[in-house]
Parts: sequence; C-alpha cells; structure tokens
Amino acid sequence: MSAPSSGGASRDGYGAALLDLAVDERVVVLEADLGKSTKSCHFRAEYPERTVSLGIAEQNMVLVSAGLASCGKIPFASTFAIFSERAFEQVRNGVARPGLVAHFCGSHGGTHTGTDGSSAQSIEDLAIYRTIPGMTVMHPSDDISTRELTKQLLKHDFPSYTRTARNKTPRLYDDESVRKLKIGKGSILREGSDIAIFSCGVMVHKALLAAELISKEGIEVTVVDMHTIKPLDFELIDRLSKDVKGFVTVEDHSVIGGLGSAISEYVSSKNPIKVIKIGVEDKFGESGESEELLDIMGLTIERIAESCREI
Amino acid sequence: MVEELEKTAKKCRRLIVDMIHKAGAGHPGGSLSAIDIIVGLYETQMNVDPNNSEDENRDRFVMSKGHASPAVYSILKEKNFLTQNDLDGFRKLGSVCQGHVDMKWTNGVDFSAGSLGMGLSFGIGCALSAKMDGKSFQTWVMIGDGETQEGQIWEALMAANYHKLGNLHLIVDRNRIQNDDFVDVQMEIGDIATKINSFGWNVKEIDGHDMAEIIDALNWSKETKGPCAIVAHTVKGKGVSFMENNPSFHGKAPNNEELRKAMEELS
Repeated sequence: MSAPSSGGASRDGYGAALLDLAVDERVVVLEADLGKSTKSCHFRAEYPERTVSLGIAEQNMVLVSAGLASCGKIPFASTFAIFSERAFEQVRNGVARPGLVAHFCGSHGGTHTGTDGSSAQSIEDLAIYRTIPGMTVMHPSDDISTRELTKQLLKHDFPSYTRTARNKTPRLYDDESVRKLKIGKGSILREGSDIAIFSCGVMVHKALLAAELISKEGIEVTVVDMHTIKPLDFELIDRLSKDVKGFVTVEDHSVIGGLGSAISEYVSSKNPIKVIKIGVEDKFGESGESEELLDIMGLTIERIAESCREI
Repeated sequence: MVEELEKTAKKCRRLIVDMIHKAGAGHPGGSLSAIDIIVGLYETQMNVDPNNSEDENRDRFVMSKGHASPAVYSILKEKNFLTQNDLDGFRKLGSVCQGHVDMKWTNGVDFSAGSLGMGLSFGIGCALSAKMDGKSFQTWVMIGDGETQEGQIWEALMAANYHKLGNLHLIVDRNRIQNDDFVDVQMEIGDIATKINSFGWNVKEIDGHDMAEIIDALNWSKETKGPCAIVAHTVKGKGVSFMENNPSFHGKAPNNEELRKAMEELS
C-alpha cells in the first residue's frame, strides 16, 4: 500500500471536500478500489461506516449509488475518469433518467495523467456526460476550487460528474476568491477587451500564462475558468461575445464534444463569433510526463497565444 | 389463503394479457411467468401503502426485468396504487404505465428498469441504506434468468454477500426463454442456483407457480441470515396454453382472436 500523495492536485480538493461534507449524515462515499487515487480514502479513514467498498466493479457502484440515493442518501462515488466511462449507461439509465441525485467523480482525467499511458487518459468523459439530460458536468482547475465546488454539490438538485486531475497544478484561487465560485457560473480570472479564453481544469493556468505573454504584444485577453461545462454559463458567453473579437477554448480533452464544442454549439446559433478550439485532436495519448503529453498534444502556452494572435 | 392468492394471480393474468392487447405491444411471456411470485410477495410480505407510497420505511420491490412491467402494474392495481384507467394507458403517450417500470412515472414503483442487469445493484443500495440507518424494511429484487448473462449481476452478487445484506432478497424467474430464443440456445447459464450459492448466498429452488411453495420460500428468505436467493422454476407464458414455453410470446401482443382464447383459458 502506497501512502496518499499530499495536496496540490484537484483530486486532493475532492478528498478534502468529502471530509467537509461529512457533517451531513446523509453523505455516503462509494469506492471501486481507487480511493487512494481519487482521495476518498481520507473519508474512509474517518467514516468507515459511511464508506462503501465495491471492489473493481464500476457498473455495480453506479447502481448502488442510485439505490442509496432513492433512500435519501447523498452518494459521492469515484473512480478514474476513464473507468467511469465503462458505467456510462448505468449513469444514464440508472441515475439520471429516474431523476436521482448522485455525484460521480472521475479522477486522473486527460492526457495530463501522464505515465500510465493512453488507457488511463480519459479525453472523452466531459463529452459523454454532457449529453445526459439534467446532468451537471464540472472540471475545476485547482485543489481549492475543486473543494469548494464539490462542497456545493450537497445542495445541488441534479446528478453530477466532476473530473479531477491526478497531478499537481498551481493554485489559482485563495481562501477569499474561492468563495465566490458557483456551480454553473464561469469565473473571470483576468479581464481584457480583445479576446476571451474559456478554459477548464489543468489548462486554465496555461491560459493565464498565455494571456500574460500576449498582453506584452498589446493584445488584451479575458480568461474564464469555465469549471462548469454543463449547465453552461450562457449569460457570460452572451456578454463576452458582444465585447470581444473572438473566443479561444482550451481543454485537456478531445476537441470533439467538450468545452469547446459546448461553447461553439451555443454561439453558432446565438451570436456567431469565431471560436478556435484547442484540445486533443481526435487521437490517443501515450506514456510520458504530464508536460510532455500536453506538448505533443499541442496544449501549450505558445499555441494558445498563437490562436489569440490569429483572431 | 393459498386459494385466495391463486385467484388474485389469475385476475392479474387477465389484466396482463388485456393491457398488452390494448397497447398492441409488451411482454406477456415474462409477465405471466413472474406473476405468481409477485402476487405471493405483495400479499404476504410487502409492507406498502398506496396512501403513503413514499414512506421511507416501506419495503422495496426492485423489478429488474422491467419489461415484465404488466405483472407489476397488475398487482399495483390490486393494491390500489393504480386504476384500470392507468392500465388502459399502458405504453401510451403520457401514461403512468410506461413500457418498462419506471419509478419516476408510477406510484408504487421503486426502480426505473429497462436495461437488464442493474436492479440487484440498486437493491444493494436500498439494503445498505436501511442497514446504515437501522431501519427494518426489506428489499426484494426480481431478475430474469437471461438477465444473469449481464456481468453486473455477478458484481452485485459478490457485493451483497461481502456487505452481509440479510435484508436483501433475490428472486430469479427461471423461465428458460429470453428475447431471441431459449436461454440455453442464446447463452447457457447452467445451474444458476449452485452458481449463486458459490457467491456466498443462501439459495432455495422452488416451483414458481406453486403458491404454497412461494409463500414458504419468501418466509424462509426473510427469516434466514445473510442474503437469500430464490430460484423459481417457471414457465414462460404460464396460464395461456399457446404462450406457454413459446419464445415468440416473449415480446409480442396477442391479436384479437388470441386475446379471446387467452381470456377463455383464464376465466
């Protein structure tokens, strides 16, 4: 048994949030042999009587969550993002369709997951869960925003999927700014009048760095942490689409179906504006360090800056 | 008592055949194979009240083989959860009687089925919740025999025993026919009782159309420690001669002439 790693990755925020939520007796935690990875292990250590071990059996875990939810519990179930996809139909038919409220967390999302290789690098999770009616889909950017948004799920009336990242990323919020976050509302981290970048997860920090870089060239960029992919913050998109010349979307996820797609789908019929989508270009990853993977996938500060210049 | 229940079952069989005929679609075979057990369950075990159908202490019935919804709707009518008018709307737009049982639509239904293999897991969630809260309600789950071909069933069988869920009861409707053909033609499942037993469950095999045996087995399941499974050997289409053991009536409505004959046999 390896010890759980210390703070700094968004998955650590999930683990911390579960402990915060434990004061509510209705909260139960479900694991499929990856609690040390998704960080539900901390809840297990404190509240074993409210932690349900299901073994390596994700489909069963999803429907056990549904059964618990039907009896008044608030289940939080986690596994790797990629393995949650195995139980997609269970989430669709067993949880969302009957209108049950259970919360799923997929850790180790995206190519940022790194050395485990392509089998572990979910690049389609946000896309698939987004298609389920009534489902909330989130991908927070750092540990403390993950903690805050996960805590808000306690009073959330819809089932949810939250993707977290395996590896550490810089903190983008502090104790005060994080309290302003709200599920379904994009968070503006930087304001500029020329271009708006919408990003989620591990790429938000890179979007900020790209904005700093081209600010020196006289291009001013708004950067939005779009931690909630569904429901999408239409109000914010409407406002920005009137203010700026174009959008750039940035995500460690397939360009098919994720944040970039969600925004494009909306603005194309509402207030057409150029959208350049940066994401994984319809291909699988491989083993490597996080930064190496992001580089070969083209998820770089330079490419974000270049896309802004293009607009 | 047994005689009364047999009468109720016959009444339910008529409701089943009638509602499927009216809808022009549905699954008579698996509804007729399951109905004796369902009547036995609702008449001797289930603590439910149509005027307090969301009572958190009520017993749960998870109908995992959700295509046999007419069997559930027929007993819910007998128990005053549904009306004849509700049954007449079966499979029609806006009806509370959806094609497959659905907790979101129907008063008295505890699970949304339609995709096989999920109900036992859901039942585990209910049983775990009762255990955590020190509640005494029981959770009864019915699956089909073909349904055991789904891998999730075995995930759930393993988990129920691991979590020592004595308040969880499984009924397997062993009618030997699935959608396309006989079970042993599609995918042989063999000695299902021994297989479930090897996962740590107590198992009893019964004749699923013998009301006295059904009642005894349900009592046995409730009184026995640890998860219990009843493998009920049944006849698909039971009670209507031309539907019996006939794969073509898995998911086909009777025509007018067939309805007339069926009602004659069930009178």
